[in-house]
Amino acid sequence: MTTQTDESTSYTAPGIDGLVSDWSADKQAFDVPWGKLMMWIFLLSDTFIFSIFLTSYMNVRLSQTDNWPNPSEVFALEIAGTHMPLILIAIMTFVLITSSGTMAMAVRSAYSGDKRTTVILMAATALLGASFVGMQVFEWSKLISEGVRPWSNPFGAAQFGSTFFMITGFHGMHVTAGVIYLSIIARKVGRGDYEKKGYAIVEITGLYWHFVDLVWVFIFAFFYLW
Amino acid sequence: MSETVGQQHPIGIYLKVWLLLFVLSTFSYLVDFFHVEGYLRWTLILTFMFLKAGLIIAIFMHVAWERLALKYVLLVPLSAIAVLITLMAIEGDYTFLTRETFFDP
Repeated sequence: MTTQTDESTSYTAPGIDGLVSDWSADKQAFDVPWGKLMMWIFLLSDTFIFSIFLTSYMNVRLSQTDNWPNPSEVFALEIAGTHMPLILIAIMTFVLITSSGTMAMAVRSAYSGDKRTTVILMAATALLGASFVGMQVFEWSKLISEGVRPWSNPFGAAQFGSTFFMITGFHGMHVTAGVIYLSIIARKVGRGDYEKKGYAIVEITGLYWHFVDLVWVFIFAFFYLW
Repeated sequence: MSETVGQQHPIGIYLKVWLLLFVLSTFSYLVDFFHVEGYLRWTLILTFMFLKAGLIIAIFMHVAWERLALKYVLLVPLSAIAVLITLMAIEGDYTFLTRETFFDP
């Protein structure tokens, strides 16, 4: 056996100490900040959750023998006497894309050291996210008042309600969490907490926010447009 | 100061992608608005969806500028989802046919 004493490079330490040194020794595979890698790992697992939801939606929609309700009409609104199909969902999509744009700009300002602009842009992103959730509350209330339930609805296949509430509900929960996350980080940026540590945290928060927008792209295509 | 400078890219590319996302979303809404049906509808929806998703991942989430090691960590596991989708599509289709045969209303 070697008699190496430098613990950080030792692979011979027995027991728990050996396990800790093996798993935490100075070996780096990914050239990104630790927090950013962990956010990516989380987002990868979240991708699986949403994929499973959308896949189960595909499965029940393929196998049901009732009529699937036409989302274009279910989500239509009368605006100033004009019948607009799917209009609320379109507005929600644009709001979320706008918020993704402001977030991307916030990340850029953070790395260029412009604290004030970063805070303003992050606050704008959170505000747009909150208005998205507000519109979703409106959408849910409208559907619930029309008699849509997770187990039945007046428009056709019962599976419509269950997949709708589960998928949009889970996404809305992510947006809500994102708004809270953004507000907390924006406040800390404004307070100057990251002066020394650097502003990778804004990019990490941005990754989460863009992911929420990304999931909406798939929900919009598969649930509302298909 | 941070040891990593981080992702810094010209503002122009963000603005262009932002604009493109708006245009693509408008297109996907118009697919519904003009009642495009059948295979053309599904092709258009999927095309706009993948373009939007690609732009968000590559530019807004900076994956285009990440190292290959991270790209593989993010993209290779997605093949498992493709397998799941294929299996569940076959299964859903089979259930549908069975229901049509035995529970025809």
